[in-house]
Amino acid sequence: MLRDITLGQYYQTDSVIHKLDPRVKLVATICFIVSLFVVKNWVGYAVAAVFLAVMIRLSNVPFKYMVKGMKAIVFILLITVVFNLFLTPGETLVSVWKLRITKEGLQLAVMMAVRLSFLIVGSSVMTLTTTPNSLTDGMEKLMRPLRIFKVPVHEVAMMMSIALRFIPILLEETDKIMKAQIARGADFESGNLIRKAKAMVPLLVPLFISAFRRANDLAMAMEARCYRGGEHRTKMKPLRYAARDRIAYGVLAAYFALCIVIRTCL
Amino acid sequence: MSIILDHVNYVYEGDTALAVHALKDVNLVIPDGQFIGLIGHTGSGKSTLVQHLNGLLKPTEGSIYYNGEDIHAADYDKKKLRSRVGLVFQYPEHQLFEIDVFSDVCFGPKNLGLSKKETELRAYAALKQVGLEDEYFYQSPFDLSGGQKRRVAIAGVLAMKPDVLILDEPTAGLDPRGRDEILDQIARLKEETGITVILVSHSMEDVAKYVERIIVMNRGSVMYDGAPKEVFAHYRELEAVGLAAPQVTYLMQALRAGGMPVAADATTIGEAKEEILKALGKE
Repeated sequence: MLRDITLGQYYQTDSVIHKLDPRVKLVATICFIVSLFVVKNWVGYAVAAVFLAVMIRLSNVPFKYMVKGMKAIVFILLITVVFNLFLTPGETLVSVWKLRITKEGLQLAVMMAVRLSFLIVGSSVMTLTTTPNSLTDGMEKLMRPLRIFKVPVHEVAMMMSIALRFIPILLEETDKIMKAQIARGADFESGNLIRKAKAMVPLLVPLFISAFRRANDLAMAMEARCYRGGEHRTKMKPLRYAARDRIAYGVLAAYFALCIVIRTCL
Repeated sequence: MSIILDHVNYVYEGDTALAVHALKDVNLVIPDGQFIGLIGHTGSGKSTLVQHLNGLLKPTEGSIYYNGEDIHAADYDKKKLRSRVGLVFQYPEHQLFEIDVFSDVCFGPKNLGLSKKETELRAYAALKQVGLEDEYFYQSPFDLSGGQKRRVAIAGVLAMKPDVLILDEPTAGLDPRGRDEILDQIARLKEETGITVILVSHSMEDVAKYVERIIVMNRGSVMYDGAPKEVFAHYRELEAVGLAAPQVTYLMQALRAGGMPVAADATTIGEAKEEILKALGKE
């Protein structure tokens, strides 16, 4: 029932992208997103598309999976396109009743749609090729300098990885409780809004209880293993850059430079 | 009046790389009033199978008939089916949510649209059937012990008065005493009401003591289906798939191998005792 949510879902396979250091992938994703806002013309988007296509090809993840993430933003995409299409002033192409589609509007709408979908697909390349754990590891390492300002970087990273780890568990739990209540004649689908909200009680109460129970158990297990936060903690597998990571940074720098060149020269 | 599974196949996460073929061509007939043990290793498809019986999962291929009607036909009333085929999930105490035990048990019958009086009568009868004392009725279900919580959850399904009761590992995580109490109560309930009971378990001892028919699942297919004696005669094959026969079966096999003229197919301690006494000439 709820299994087809791809939020932060890792796709297990072997590829160059999978093997990259999570820090590289994080920086690359941020750079890619920034680059989408740097470029302003079709040549720029073409370059971004090529870059993205190559990354997807290298990642060995079926394209289908990338597009799955798009489902969540279809609505936002639609609103953006419609607003840009009708509300941008400029040279009129078609006019129906009071609504006018302008040439500029059409251009802007298409650009926005491309930009948003690239943004989603680009970040799903990262989440699909990186396990949540190595992702938070990478974040922790990247944000390390913030410790000077007394930001509890390790604790935040730990909370994030626990939260991410719990998403699939709680989804499965929800599925199980839902089925158990349906087996007892519960109805989650029909009725008006108030009835539907009321029908959620038999689902939410056991779910919260189970979440608290799991959190408690986890805290206990962590304490039993003498966990005490980030001070003097070392890692079993510390992150180290390999040759391929340096090459990846090189490629990224080249891509970003190209984007800036396109923006300034064209 | 029976449940028929006709070439049922089920695939989790179909058409992705993570696809798992959980059920492979399962054909079963479950007549009324049988006490059935469904056994299998973890991941053998037992839980997937029982979720098909009340229409929670829809087979990827094949059909399921309850009393001769296809339960996935467009006009079939699934809600009614779920009141007829009661399913108690693994760790059913995790589904409790009401402020007191009694209201929680009322949840099922209330969903059937019964009157308040009928609902309460059924809830009371169900709580009595699982042997819970009156003093607990108005306590919060979360204050009870593990075994008591489980009984309340089982009562929650019993209160719907199902014709078929399916219990998925009802004894998981209970101590030996709690286990025996629950199983004895289920056996008594079966005797008194004559309903069909399907007991999912991976403990051979539990199953051998109570049931009249055993279905063994392995990797999504039915491996054996028959009376306990027939099934446990294949104890070597059962071992090969990570299961085992009851301990008395091994004892009887060893006695026989050692030269004692006993029938080796005893599956319960009582039967074994009689066989040994007979062999010793002390009936």
